[in-house]
Amino acid sequence: MSNAVTVQLSPEVVLGELKKQRVTHIVWLPDSETNWLYLLMKAEPGLSLVAVAREGLACSTAAGLAAGGKTPVILIQNTGLMESGDSIRGWLLGLSVPVVLMVGLRGWTRHGVTQDTAAVYTEPFLNAFGIKYYIVESDADASRIEVAFEEARKTRRPVAVLVADEYHGFNH
Amino acid sequence: MMYVSDVLQAFNQYRGDSIVIPGRAGIFWVEVSTRVNLDLPLGDPAMGGYAAFALGVALALPKRKVVLFDSEGEVQMGMNILLTVAEQRPANFFHIMLDNECYATTGGQPVPNAKNVAYDVIARGAGYPRAFAFTELDEFAAALPGILGEPGPVFVALKVHPNIQNQPMGKRPRWMKRTREQAIQDMQRELGISR
Repeated sequence: MSNAVTVQLSPEVVLGELKKQRVTHIVWLPDSETNWLYLLMKAEPGLSLVAVAREGLACSTAAGLAAGGKTPVILIQNTGLMESGDSIRGWLLGLSVPVVLMVGLRGWTRHGVTQDTAAVYTEPFLNAFGIKYYIVESDADASRIEVAFEEARKTRRPVAVLVADEYHGFNH
Repeated sequence: MMYVSDVLQAFNQYRGDSIVIPGRAGIFWVEVSTRVNLDLPLGDPAMGGYAAFALGVALALPKRKVVLFDSEGEVQMGMNILLTVAEQRPANFFHIMLDNECYATTGGQPVPNAKNVAYDVIARGAGYPRAFAFTELDEFAAALPGILGEPGPVFVALKVHPNIQNQPMGKRPRWMKRTREQAIQDMQRELGISR
């Protein structure tokens, strides 16, 4: 008998949290961590998907949506997060946009040893910008998504949710 | 070749109650606009993102015309947003690009391939249903009612004289009369948007 703990974050639970927060728009670029979430979002009539081809533009798009009174979420991978540095500075922090970035944490491992520099640099990157983040690994952690939204609204700053489980099981 | 202030004066006659995002032309627009609470003069938040920001505003407020005065340096840096605009097809989005062929705020160095880019062709190729290019003010002014009278998204490329700035940042005149956040708050208040 195996002692391994099954750790999984189901896309249905994530979508439920987004609906609870009355998210109106998902500004996104696909990544391996969130593919199944995409399929659900696409089928959700209350959500509008805005696909961008470079992650920095997700930040300025979300800033515009927020200025117009909507509640966007930015859904990208950690590689794209790092590409977005100047847009995070100028558009999200500069315009005080209370937005949650859901970031696929590529390369993350539970035991902490990774060969993937995308994972190595993600937390230092967020810390450099002073962006608070919450790691969500399994359904048991999903309530942290709500905490992230509350934090963003309270501080009028971007807050990150790091999705530390790849639905395809790359980390297990 | 046109002067930016003339372009903005010509547009202002047809502005109506549209939201205007003046981009890097903000320094001129603040002297022209008579409906400042519908303006979003944001200066230079982060280069390459203006069209995406304006797209976001247009998607959030589909019943309100949103007019962006973009620049060719911004478009070159964030060109792939043209694809997103075309896919989203916001009928209320009017994307006007001022092409001075250089990075005017850094001393006037030419943008890549400055004199040989057909931005209207690029926009059309990206999927914008309508795209235009003008080099003369009278032709642009004559076409404006038709451009603004039909549904967007529409892309308009205009050749303009550069307003080259060469002084150190700290010595340049401060033209922004409100903070970025204040400008957004004023627009939200004007439109009854709760934060």
